[in-house]
Amino acid sequence: MSSKKMWTTRVRESTLERFEPKDLLPDVQPAYVASWIYIFGVATIAAFVMLVASGLVLTFEGPAWWHTSSIGHFYNSIHLWSVELFFVFMVVHLWGKFWMAAWRGRRWMTWITGVISFFASIVTGFTGYLIQTNFDSQWIATQAKDSFNSVGIGAYFNALNTGQAMLIHVSLLPLVLGGLVVWHVILVRRKGVVPPIEAGGSE
Amino acid sequence: MKFLAIDLNHPAHYLTVGPVSVSYGNLVMIALVVALFVVALVLPFPSHSDDDERSHK
Repeated sequence: MSSKKMWTTRVRESTLERFEPKDLLPDVQPAYVASWIYIFGVATIAAFVMLVASGLVLTFEGPAWWHTSSIGHFYNSIHLWSVELFFVFMVVHLWGKFWMAAWRGRRWMTWITGVISFFASIVTGFTGYLIQTNFDSQWIATQAKDSFNSVGIGAYFNALNTGQAMLIHVSLLPLVLGGLVVWHVILVRRKGVVPPIEAGGSE
Repeated sequence: MKFLAIDLNHPAHYLTVGPVSVSYGNLVMIALVVALFVVALVLPFPSHSDDDERSHK
C-alpha cells in the first residue's frame, strides 16, 4: 500500500482538525458573553425552530384549514408571530454585531454568512406573504410583480404565480436558510464569539 | 373582525416628513426594536458569583 493517503483519510483528518468537538460544543464561554446583547443570535435560532415547526403543520394541513378552523388560525398565528420575533431578534443581533465590528479576528466569513442569511430571510418572508391565499397576498403580489418587471427579473420569478411561490417558500428556502444558519453557527463555534472592541482582540 | 382589539378596517395613518413616509404602526415597531437594543446593552445580565472566574476558552 502506498504512503499516499486515501481521500477519505484526508477528509477525515481535515474535518477533525477544523471542527474539534470541544469547539463545536463548548462548556465554557468568555466572561464578556454574559450580556443580554449576546443572546439575540440564539433567540433568532429559537424563533427559526418555531417557524419551521409551525410551518410543517401548516404545510401538512393546507390553506383551507388555516383559514377556516380555530386550530388552523392558532398555528397560522404561531407562524406569523414567530417570523415577527425572528426578524426583531435578527435585527438586534445584526445591530449588536455591527457595532462590535464582529468581522474582526478573521471572522469575515461569519459576517458574510449572516448577511446572506438576512437577505435569504427577506426572500423567505416575502414568499410567505405571497402564499397566505387571502386579499393581503393578492395585493402584495400585484404590487410586487411591477417591481420585479421593472428590474428585469419578472421572467424568472412571477409574483402572481402562487404555486411557484408556495414551492419556493416551503421546499427550497427553508433548506437554504437552514443550511446558512448551520454554517453560520459552525463558523461562530470555530472562531469563537467576537470580543468587545475594548477587550482587544485581533483586527 | 370581532377578534381584533384594534379596528384595522381603515387605511393606515402615516407620518410624512419630506420624502420619508412611514405608517405609525411601523414607526412603533421600529421604536420598540431600538428600545430592545438599548435595554439589551444596559440591563445587567443575571450571573452567578463564580461567573467572574470564567476564563477564555
